[in-house]
Amino acid sequence: MATRVLIPTPLRTYTEKKESVVLEGSTVGELLQRLTATYAPLKKHLYDETGSLRNFVNVYVNDEDIRYLQKEQTLVSEKDTVSIIPSIAGGRS
Amino acid sequence: MIGSLTYPEVVAPTLIERIGNTPLLRLPQFPGVSPHVEVFAKAEWYNPGGSVKDRAALSMIREGERSGALTRGKTIIDATSGNTGIAYAMIGAALGYRVKLAVPANAGSERKRILSAYGADVMYTDPLEGTDGAQLYVKKLVADHPDEYFYPDQYNNPANWQAHYRTTAIEIYKQSGNAVTHFVAGIGTSGTFVGTARRLKELNATIRCISFQPDSPLHGLEGLKHLQTAMVPGIYDAKLADEHLEVSTGAAHEMARRLAKAEGFLVGVSSAASVVAALQVAQRLVAGVVVTVFPDHGSRYLSERFWEE
Repeated sequence: MATRVLIPTPLRTYTEKKESVVLEGSTVGELLQRLTATYAPLKKHLYDETGSLRNFVNVYVNDEDIRYLQKEQTLVSEKDTVSIIPSIAGGRS
Repeated sequence: MIGSLTYPEVVAPTLIERIGNTPLLRLPQFPGVSPHVEVFAKAEWYNPGGSVKDRAALSMIREGERSGALTRGKTIIDATSGNTGIAYAMIGAALGYRVKLAVPANAGSERKRILSAYGADVMYTDPLEGTDGAQLYVKKLVADHPDEYFYPDQYNNPANWQAHYRTTAIEIYKQSGNAVTHFVAGIGTSGTFVGTARRLKELNATIRCISFQPDSPLHGLEGLKHLQTAMVPGIYDAKLADEHLEVSTGAAHEMARRLAKAEGFLVGVSSAASVVAALQVAQRLVAGVVVTVFPDHGSRYLSERFWEE
C-alpha cells in the first residue's frame, strides 16, 4: 500500500528537490525506514544515534501528531498523508 | 485640596525608551575553562517585549518614520517566527500602528498567544515552508497592495543590523570595561551578529567575532538559520566572522536544562546554544573575556518537551 509523505523544504536538498515521496508501508515507521533507505543522507537528520526520531521532528498523519496516536506503529493507508514538520518555525527560515 | 498638593517631578522612561541597555550577566565558571577566562551574556529578555528583537524592530520602525515609508494609517507587515513579530506588535500597540504578521503555523504556542494578546493580525502560513514561505507570502501581499503596508523586511533592512551597531556593541564594550576579547552570536536574520561584530571590530580590531548556526537543516534552534540550505539574508556579511561554529539541537537542549536546574538561568533554546558555542571558544583560551547574547527567556518555550527529558 502506497502512502504520500510530505517533505519540509529544508530536507528537500536530500530528496532530489521532491516535495513529496510516495512510499510502500503499513505503518509510519515503515514509511520513514523506506524513506531513509531511499535517501540515506536524510537519516541522521530524522533519527538520533540510538535510532529514535529526534525530539524536534514532528510527524503527522493527516492532522494528527503520531505522538498522540500509536507513534511509529501508527497504521497508514493510501488515503492518508504523512507530513514531517520541524517543531519550530524559525528553522529553515 | 488637590490643587495645593505638590508632587516631585517623576523621571521615568516610556515603554519604548526601556528598549536596550540590558544587563551583561556573568556566567558561572564552567569545567574545562581557565580561571582567567570570563564568560558573559547580554540578557536580552530584559527588553520590554522580552527579546533582542525589540532593538531591531524599533530601529526599523523609526527609520521607516524618518524616511516617510511609514506614515499614519499604514499597517506594519512582516514575516516572523515569533520574537520580531512580538516586538512589532508591542511597539505598534504603543505607537498606534496596526500590525499584520505572516507566521508559519508551527511557531511556538506561547508566541502565537502573545501576538494575539497584543492585538496583532496574524496569518498562518504552510509549516512545511518555514519562514521562507512566510516571507514569500508577505512579499506578494505587499506587491498587490503597496499603499496599505509598511514592510520593514527584517532580513534585508540595514536598520536591523544598525540597531546593534549603535546600541548592543557599545553596551557590550562599556559593560565589559572595554575588555571584551571574543564575541559569539548565532545567525538568524544575522542582524545581531553583523551589527555588533562590525562595531566591536571598529572599537578594537583584535576582538575575535565568532558566529554559529544549527548543525542541520532540520533543527530545533528557534530563530536561527542553517545558511547552507536557507534563503541567505541580504544583510548577512560572510566576511565579518573570524570563525563559524555549529551547534546541535541536542547540545542546546541539554545546556538549557543544565542552566535552569544548576545555575538558575531559565533561558531560551537559542540562548542555550549561545552558551554551547561560547564555551567551545572559552575552553581554548588561556585568558580572555567572551561575550555572547541571550536572545530570549525560557518562559517562551515552556510547551516544548525537551525540559522533561
